[in-house]
Amino acid sequence: MDAALRDPPSLDAVRAAIAHLSDPEIPVVSLAELGILREVRLGGDGVAEVVITPTYSGCPAMGQIEDDIRAALRDSGIAARVVTQLSPAWTTDWMAPAAREKLRAYGIAPPNGRAAQAGAQVVGFARRAASQPVPCPRCGSTHTTQTSPFGSTACKALYRCLDCLEPFDLFKPY
Amino acid sequence: MSSAPVDYVLHLADNALVLGQRNAEWCGHGPILEEDLALANHALDHLGQARLLYQHAAALINADPAQAKRFAHLQGARADGALTEDSLAYFRATHEFRNFTLLELPHHGPLAGPARADRDFATTTVRNVLYAALMNLWWERLQASADPQLAAIAAKSLKEVRYHLSHAGDWLVRLGDGTDQSRARAQAALDHLMPHTQEFWTGDEAESAAVASGTGVALAELKPAWDALVDEVLTEATLRRPADGGYVTQGKRGLHSEHMGFLLAEMQSLAREHPQAVW
Repeated sequence: MDAALRDPPSLDAVRAAIAHLSDPEIPVVSLAELGILREVRLGGDGVAEVVITPTYSGCPAMGQIEDDIRAALRDSGIAARVVTQLSPAWTTDWMAPAAREKLRAYGIAPPNGRAAQAGAQVVGFARRAASQPVPCPRCGSTHTTQTSPFGSTACKALYRCLDCLEPFDLFKPY
Repeated sequence: MSSAPVDYVLHLADNALVLGQRNAEWCGHGPILEEDLALANHALDHLGQARLLYQHAAALINADPAQAKRFAHLQGARADGALTEDSLAYFRATHEFRNFTLLELPHHGPLAGPARADRDFATTTVRNVLYAALMNLWWERLQASADPQLAAIAAKSLKEVRYHLSHAGDWLVRLGDGTDQSRARAQAALDHLMPHTQEFWTGDEAESAAVASGTGVALAELKPAWDALVDEVLTEATLRRPADGGYVTQGKRGLHSEHMGFLLAEMQSLAREHPQAVW
C-alpha cells in the first residue's frame, strides 16, 4: 500500500482529483458547477467522502458519474467513498452565471427562470403561452418556439429558433 | 424522526413502477417522435422515483426482523442475503403489488385481459392527467413527512410530476378541444378511467398507519384540491366530467385487474429467468 492510500488524503487533493469530471451529456460544465457535487468532507471514520446528489430521479447519467468519480480517485491513489444524498433536492437555481454562460456557448439555452416559477403555473394551456421567453443560444433572438417539453435528456426541452431556424435544447428550470 | 410504514412506501413505489412500465410501452411507438421521447422521459422519471422508493423500502425491511420475515420468500436479487430494490420490483407476485388499479390498465378501453388492441393515446393522456394531478398534491404534502428519506424523495419527485401534469394537461386540451375524433376519444377515455380514481380516496391500513406516525397523508383530504385541478384542465379541454360511481377498485390492497399479471410477466420474466444476472 503506498503512502497516499495509508494516510487520510487532504480534501483539496480529493477535490483536485475530480475537478475535471462532468456530466457525460453536458461535457462543458463541471460536476461542481452543475451542482451535482455537493461536498467533499471527512467521514466519521476518517475516510474522505464525495457527496453527490442526483439531478432527475431517473437520470441514467448518475451511475456513470459515480463510476467516473471512483475511477478518478483510484487513478490518483486516493481512498474515498461516494455518498449519494437527496436532500436538499437538486435545483437548476444552483447553477452560477459562469456555468449558464458555458451552457449557452455550447448551444444549450440555460434555465429561463427560477425553479419556483416553473412550479407556479402547472395547468392552464392558453394562460401559460406567455411565459418566460427563451433566447436562442446561437443568435440571441427571443423569437423561439417550443417543439417539445421533453428533449434528448430528462433535464432538457426541445426548442426551435424562428429567426435563425436552428433547433436547440433548453435546460429546464427544475 | 420516524420511518413510514413499509407497505406505504411500497404503495408509492409500485404506483411509480407500474405506470412507468405502462408508459414505456410507447417507446418506439409514439404518435410523433417528440411525443415518443416525452413519454420515455416521463417513464424514466417514474422508474427513478420507484428505485428511490424501493431502496428505501428495502432498507426498512432489512432493518426490521419482523418485516424481513414477511419478505423472506423473495429470494431473487439479494445482496449478501439482504433484500434489494430489484428483489421487490422483480420477485414479488401480482397480489403483493400495492399500486392503484388505474395505473396497470392497458392503453385502451375496457377489454378482457388477453385481448389486444391498438394503443390509444387519449387513454394514456387522460390517465397521466388524473394521476399527475394527484401526485402534484401528494408529493407536495409528503415534503413535510416525518420520514426524512420519504420527504427528500417527495421534494425531488414533485418537480418531475409538475412537468408531467403540464404536459399531459396540454395534450388533453388539444385532444378535447381538437377534432371530432380526438374529442370523442378523449371523452371515452375519461368516461372509462374516471371511476377508477375512487380508489384514491378510500384509505387503507397502510395509509392510516402512515397518517398516525406523521409520515403520510390522508388522501381524502386532497380530494377538493384534486377536483379543482382536474376540473380546470377539463374545462379548458371542453370535456364533460363523468360522474363517479360503480365498483371501487382495490389494487392498493393487492386485488388487481386481469391486466396486472400480463404486465408483470413482461416486466419480470427476464429477471426471474436469470435471478443472478448482473448488468
